[in-house]
Amino acid sequence: MAKTHVTMKVNGAEVEGLVEPRTLLVHFIRENLQLTGTHIGCETTHCGACTVDIDGMSVKSCTMFAVQAQGSDITTVEGMANADGTLSALQEGFRMMHGLQCGFCTPGMIVRAHRLLKENPSPSEQEIRMGISGNICRCTGYQNIVKAIQYASAKINGVEFREAAE
Amino acid sequence: MIPGSFSYHRPASVADAVKLLSDLGEDARPLAGGHSLVPMMKLRLATPAHLIDLHGIATLKGIRRDGNNLVIGAMTTQHELLASEEISQAMPILHEAALLIADPQVRYRGTIGGNVANGDPGNDMPALMLTLGATYRLEGPGGSREVAASDFYQGAYFTTLEPGEILTSVSIPVPAAGHGSAYEKLKRKVGDYATAAAAVILTMASGKVATCSIGLTNVHETPLLAADAAKAVIGTSLDAATLKKAAAAAEAIMAPAADARGPVEYRKHVGGIMVTRALQRAAANAK
Amino acid sequence: MNDLTPTREQREAALEGMGCKRKRVEDIRFTQGKGNYVDDIKLPGMLHGDFVRSPHPHARVKKIDDSEALKVPGVLAVITAETLKTVNLAWMPTLAGDVQMVLADGKVLFQNQEVAFVVATDRYAADDGINKVMVEYEPLAPLVDPFKSMDSDAPVLREDLAGKTTGAHGPRKHHNHIFEWSVGDRELTDAAFKKAEVTIKEMISYHRTHPSPLETCQCVCAFDKIKGELTIYGTFQAPHVIRTVVSLIAKLPEQKIHVISPDIGGGFGNKVGAYPGYICAAVASIVTGKPVKWVEDRIENLTATSFARDYHMTTEIAATKDGKVTGLRVHVLADHGAFDACADPSKWPAGFFNIVTGSYDFPTAHLAVDGVYTNKAPGGVAYRCSFRVTEAAYCIERAMDILAQKLNMDPAELRLKNFIKPEQFPYHSALGWEYDSGDYHTAMRKMMETTSYAALRKEQADKRAAFKRGETREIMGLGVSFFTEIVGAGPSKNCDILGIAMFDSCEIRMHPTGAGIARMGTKSQGQGHETTWAQIIATEIGIPADNIMVEEGNTDTAPYGLGTYGSRSTPVAGAAIAMAARKIKAKAQMIAAYKLEVHEDDLEFDIDGFRVKGLPERYMSMKDICWAAYNSVPPGMEPGLEAVSYYDPPNMTYPFGAYLCVMDIDVDTGVYKVRRFYALDDCGTRINPMIIEGQVHGGLTEAFAIAMGQEIRYDETGNVVTGSFMDFFMPTAVETPHWETDFTVTPSPHHPIGAKGVGESPNVGGVPAFSNAVNDAFSFLGSRHIQMPHDFWRNWKAAKELGAVA
Repeated sequence: MAKTHVTMKVNGAEVEGLVEPRTLLVHFIRENLQLTGTHIGCETTHCGACTVDIDGMSVKSCTMFAVQAQGSDITTVEGMANADGTLSALQEGFRMMHGLQCGFCTPGMIVRAHRLLKENPSPSEQEIRMGISGNICRCTGYQNIVKAIQYASAKINGVEFREAAE
Repeated sequence: MIPGSFSYHRPASVADAVKLLSDLGEDARPLAGGHSLVPMMKLRLATPAHLIDLHGIATLKGIRRDGNNLVIGAMTTQHELLASEEISQAMPILHEAALLIADPQVRYRGTIGGNVANGDPGNDMPALMLTLGATYRLEGPGGSREVAASDFYQGAYFTTLEPGEILTSVSIPVPAAGHGSAYEKLKRKVGDYATAAAAVILTMASGKVATCSIGLTNVHETPLLAADAAKAVIGTSLDAATLKKAAAAAEAIMAPAADARGPVEYRKHVGGIMVTRALQRAAANAK
Repeated sequence: MNDLTPTREQREAALEGMGCKRKRVEDIRFTQGKGNYVDDIKLPGMLHGDFVRSPHPHARVKKIDDSEALKVPGVLAVITAETLKTVNLAWMPTLAGDVQMVLADGKVLFQNQEVAFVVATDRYAADDGINKVMVEYEPLAPLVDPFKSMDSDAPVLREDLAGKTTGAHGPRKHHNHIFEWSVGDRELTDAAFKKAEVTIKEMISYHRTHPSPLETCQCVCAFDKIKGELTIYGTFQAPHVIRTVVSLIAKLPEQKIHVISPDIGGGFGNKVGAYPGYICAAVASIVTGKPVKWVEDRIENLTATSFARDYHMTTEIAATKDGKVTGLRVHVLADHGAFDACADPSKWPAGFFNIVTGSYDFPTAHLAVDGVYTNKAPGGVAYRCSFRVTEAAYCIERAMDILAQKLNMDPAELRLKNFIKPEQFPYHSALGWEYDSGDYHTAMRKMMETTSYAALRKEQADKRAAFKRGETREIMGLGVSFFTEIVGAGPSKNCDILGIAMFDSCEIRMHPTGAGIARMGTKSQGQGHETTWAQIIATEIGIPADNIMVEEGNTDTAPYGLGTYGSRSTPVAGAAIAMAARKIKAKAQMIAAYKLEVHEDDLEFDIDGFRVKGLPERYMSMKDICWAAYNSVPPGMEPGLEAVSYYDPPNMTYPFGAYLCVMDIDVDTGVYKVRRFYALDDCGTRINPMIIEGQVHGGLTEAFAIAMGQEIRYDETGNVVTGSFMDFFMPTAVETPHWETDFTVTPSPHHPIGAKGVGESPNVGGVPAFSNAVNDAFSFLGSRHIQMPHDFWRNWKAAKELGAVA
């Protein structure tokens, strides 16, 4: 099958590549761009480990073709840190609140939570739980992930967050 | 789980898309949000030789008022439906149901057109469209036509769409001011299809049901309009006996398959309960 | 002392040692997407392998035609059993003493069994290739129901075992029988039942499920033809065991096999065993001379690599009228699928199921387990539990509730009445274990007080009355569970894998500047070893945890160990770490004595260094001792500061806990709501409370999933009906309840730091708590036992059968 030339912006940098039309975006990101933080967990659009941010939307990159991302602006977990290289409020929240264990769902969780907080900077616990319901975690039971997002929300809003990780 | 090879097309207009579809024939499939089709392709249960991506067609997006109707472009996503003030105001049931579809990521990509057009009995929007009395605009090589949602569904994944036709928009009459509505969906978890779900739109007058429409999701190979159940509640104040009668009338037309969600008997039983609960909640929020 | 001198508290805090909620070292890379998992590995020229799998649960393979597949661009080879026979690898040994087909050899025995392995330039071409391999099958009658496996007319599944009347664990009594395992005193137990005032008997099933870590099983095998060396990167919970197994079955010298487990995306027991994918990727690499990657997809993971549970436990308790237990009799029918690929220590065909007497003082007990073959995927792994311990805990905890119901006693009271008393420890159980320590009454009473258990019972009584009056359609259940685990496999006297004793190990090397590296035979899959192991060393030798780098998973550098599963890391490797650290400390003391010019007996350890007794100003920090170890050791002493410890534990450890689940169920839909869940865990000494709580949350979530719907279900024709995350219940943040955690501390007397292990307790204790809550909710309607999983429709079915729904 003839390959197609694609260009897009990923984590602020213009990238290009030659792909088959059937190349899944997640494989383009992981294998062509070698950004392996985006993971594959279920391949059936349930687990969210492959979540990336595309043009302001959280998208499961295992269910989209790379050709469809032509011209778009993508952020992966590798683009989540602050500009100076320090951990973002969310990344820090996940560490401080013990919001991860094996780390496999974490990139998708953080990318998803990033968009959630952009749309709703002060979500309730229920809104957080609904907001990350497209992401499966097998290790944490979600409770500390909720806290991690609350921590980040407080930090972004300049409010003190007192709760400790349970 | 890798899809088979295909050629990718991204037309910029409906006319181009229709032409591609008719030229390429049965080997071509339109691609909307992709959250039904792409997983099928990864399992190689669908192996189209050509994919016609509809994302490049600007006219397929958006929500606009047309007289007493809301016209929603087929490529409008569930996320955009949820963000629409107009929909929350005019037909809150659509907002409520969209929030119960899949999960946040899927809702950013999943479209109303894809949800209603592929004939999957598990999808939520088709029953909503029946309940709201929507019509679909289909454009094909022979021009365009309007089909009532109630005439569209023929069987599982089988609709009145002709080869070469694309569903381009849905047109929904705005329900009467003060109407009550509810979508009751029983599912095992976020991301699941309904074990059974019921949509109700009604109006009340002097404490009694004046008009009522009831739709059912995933209890038959097509979405259903529970006309007898709706008729049974007109003129009543939804007393226990009436609710029981309505649920029984609705159950009578259900024919779900047994699956991991439960046996047939259970799915019908909870289908009746969803009808009962949707009626009660709709009556409670009617003005 | 001036103001700048740190206080004792500050010095201790600076170490971030045991007991501190140290933030995890791993998270820096994981939160930035910089973990290194197997599928992230990309070697030059790497190929991909993918399996052709059987659609049939039982069939003869008549013909495999690979001619069309080999024409697919990028496809290089199609490996079948015939290919593997040339290297004698068509079958492989299992950890349970059985053999398993690597690729279908004449027959397939379960749906999705591996039939052929297609090797291609990339995963897309490999997938194209598997769709072009044509396999001709002759379907045979499938055997799905384990209760029919030993019928006289049951189909013969394992033709390779024809005529073999003895298996790895003794006599086989039928062509589909694997083993019978019998423990305890049958006569004494039968006698106890004969004179019992009260008895109960129930068949309690624990359904088949699957560990399903978010990262599936995967590997990259790279064979270097020139050196004759095989490097395997894989998702291995026990990398050294894999190295030895590969050496034995592939006949490669063990020093030429390099097994590396990089970051692992969860294991939960799924990644202990050896799977056909590893063998095929290794053979493909040897054949092609190129690295070969194999990555399982989710459907393959759920349907082919190891399942868990599938135990059907006929359970009887004998008791007095006032509720004192006098005997326990259990018979288990164990469904192992097509091959016995149970990942248990070799001598334990049913794992440690003989912990089934639980937390109770049974004077006598007898247990018999029959293992059988069916046309289902092979396995029997310990999904977040020590070997078959969750099955045992579920069995006894359900049975105690059934007994309480029969005696019309409160289930918590019945347990309190029968607990092993604190003064009975070390306690010898009727089925042969020696429990190390416990204080069950304190834990149970703390649970009851904290949750206001009596008030909840009162509320339940009121709700039941209201339900009977027709005022509500909701019923309320209280699920009490009190579990005793047995973890830390294990002592060499009774635990081995393929003949290797189940010790574990640690090597510590201190560097001149007061930093060091520590390596272990364990392998974290999310447990946070890089964080907690350094905390043990920090407390033991007084060097800040931040200065200790922990490395696991590389068999070339790590000392030999048996890996991480069955909550064995802390009880076994944790002890090895403390013992190695103590060797470091002992040498450090000699160096300090030399430098401070005193006898070493005149020194005492003080947080982060040695001090001369009675002369507090004469002090040498561990940091300075590290430096001295490299330039001025006492005459005759070897320079350097390193130690290795191989720890053979004297006994298992026995963590325990008291859990309560409060649940409301709508009888009309069967929909449940977990209103409250309280978990008190006693895992002995607590190394990092934050990580312990995280483990408990995760284990409870898995217990919730299993009890309430997570099932590998086969239909009567042998098709898996729950093969994806749509139907295999994997709760999201929305369904998952809120968890309340609590603890008591009863240290293990035989463990160097008193720690017992915790990772699996919440799964072991959680499942019976959820199931008891459902059963308790329905009990007043006349039910005795409702089988798991308790998903919505089954709850409704129970309500209907009990007459609560029209």
